[in-house]
Amino acid sequence: MAFAVEVRGVEKRFGAVRALAGVSLAVEAGEFFGLLGPNGAGKTTLISALGGLARADAGSLAVMGHDVRRAALSARRALGIVPQEVVFDPFFSVRETLEIQSGYFGLRRNGAWIDELLERLALAPKAHANMRSLSGGMKRRVMVAQALVHRPPVIVLDEPTAGVDVELRQTLWSFIRELNAAGHTIVLTTHYLEEAQQLCSRIAMMKDGRIVALDSTQRLLAAFSERVLRVKLEGSELPAALAATAAREPGGWWRIPVQDPAHVESALAQLREAGAVVASLEVAEPELEEVFVKIMRREESRALAR
Amino acid sequence: MTGFPTLLYKEVLRFWKVSFQTVAAPVLSTLLYLLVFAHALAKHVQTFPGVSYVEFLIPGLAMMAMLQNAFANSSSSLIQSKITGNIVFILLPPLSAGEIFAAYLLAAVVRALAVGAGIFAATLWFVPVSLAHPLWALAFALVGSGLLGALGILAGLWSEKFDQLAAFQNFLVMPLTFLAGVFYSVHSLPPFWQTVSGLNPFFYAIDGFRYGFFGQSDVSPALSLAIATGAFGVLSWLTVHLLRRGYKLRH
Repeated sequence: MAFAVEVRGVEKRFGAVRALAGVSLAVEAGEFFGLLGPNGAGKTTLISALGGLARADAGSLAVMGHDVRRAALSARRALGIVPQEVVFDPFFSVRETLEIQSGYFGLRRNGAWIDELLERLALAPKAHANMRSLSGGMKRRVMVAQALVHRPPVIVLDEPTAGVDVELRQTLWSFIRELNAAGHTIVLTTHYLEEAQQLCSRIAMMKDGRIVALDSTQRLLAAFSERVLRVKLEGSELPAALAATAAREPGGWWRIPVQDPAHVESALAQLREAGAVVASLEVAEPELEEVFVKIMRREESRALAR
Repeated sequence: MTGFPTLLYKEVLRFWKVSFQTVAAPVLSTLLYLLVFAHALAKHVQTFPGVSYVEFLIPGLAMMAMLQNAFANSSSSLIQSKITGNIVFILLPPLSAGEIFAAYLLAAVVRALAVGAGIFAATLWFVPVSLAHPLWALAFALVGSGLLGALGILAGLWSEKFDQLAAFQNFLVMPLTFLAGVFYSVHSLPPFWQTVSGLNPFFYAIDGFRYGFFGQSDVSPALSLAIATGAFGVLSWLTVHLLRRGYKLRH
């Protein structure tokens, strides 16, 4: 079966800037895929190339097996993109906007699905309000609805939660998770790494127009992040056996790597035996943020070495 | 089903929602031209035998307004969408270059016809206008507004800022429509300026349109229609070609 998204050797220059320097990746149908990277890494350029908003200088892209150049219209029919920039047409109301967007895909009798979108994205009370009168977060919800109006098998969300309040984020993610469970492929870019960690089963990290890491979220966490026990002691020193692997942190904290819950218990037992008085303690689970920072630092030092 | 009917509907709705500004305003300004020029020039300008200057002016002014509004509709819609960024909502769906072209073009023609109809409805109160060959008049109304609608798409594609579009409008469209024989018969001009007028495709649209009213014109209507249609064809081909390449739309 064809991949939901297939990108092969894609290069793109804007003048002197090399926005994409040979990007390849494949997303399987039904995946919840994260595309992460610092600003300027090339994520939005890659999404633009996928949607036909930008044209790759080299390489090929396909959506559900449809090449975005040779079978452009079929590829666009299979794709729903929520662009990063908040944009809207000030001439129309929310409902008109969705009906028009639906019509662009040749869908005339789509009222039931539009009603559902309005309901699920908490837009129903504003259905007849002009786009101009909506808040920024509301406008972004309309953009999500616009991208979903033709029920595309592949949904790409380019930082959909930037500047959006907590409640909408939760509403949005529960809806997107449901769509994913129903078989839609989701590609997400975000700077909220805890969101990506919770949602995405696989993650690609980009920097300077390249993919610098691509693996399942679990394996990335296991390889680059660790579970740690953080303790703050009152007036006593850390036992030598623990100090060997521990690191000092600001505020008098010790950071002790632990593999599993049993390891936590043995570390605490060692502390007790040594007569250390624990003032405060916490167990921190592996974090994608740590993975991200480590990979980006590694890439920076590699870039310097080149 | 394709997205074309919806894009056409959206483009028509866009100007219709502000029709006071997009239809009523040009009708009013055309009436003002008519009042002022008819009063000031009626005794000085010779036109066709048996046709009063006011009668002569009406089709010319109406066509000028139609041409300018056809241009304004497609060009302003495109540049606004490009600058505000909402053009992505047209670029992301499966709309072909031909569909996008046809929708913007037809909406421009619809606006031009609405403006033209408004002008005639209003002038009928003042002057009875004859309509000798309505089909010729209609043919030139369609080709003329189509020509400028296509030029508007081209200008909207090319412009990256509002002032570039304004330059296109003020330094190309305005002079070419103004000097296309709206206010005079080109036969009253010195030979050099008659030749220059002959190079202006808008002149044929106005001259042929006037033939539809009086059965008289500076150039034969068949020749005018051929030239105006030819210019429309070339411009349309160029515009569709640029749209297909994604010129200044898909980077």
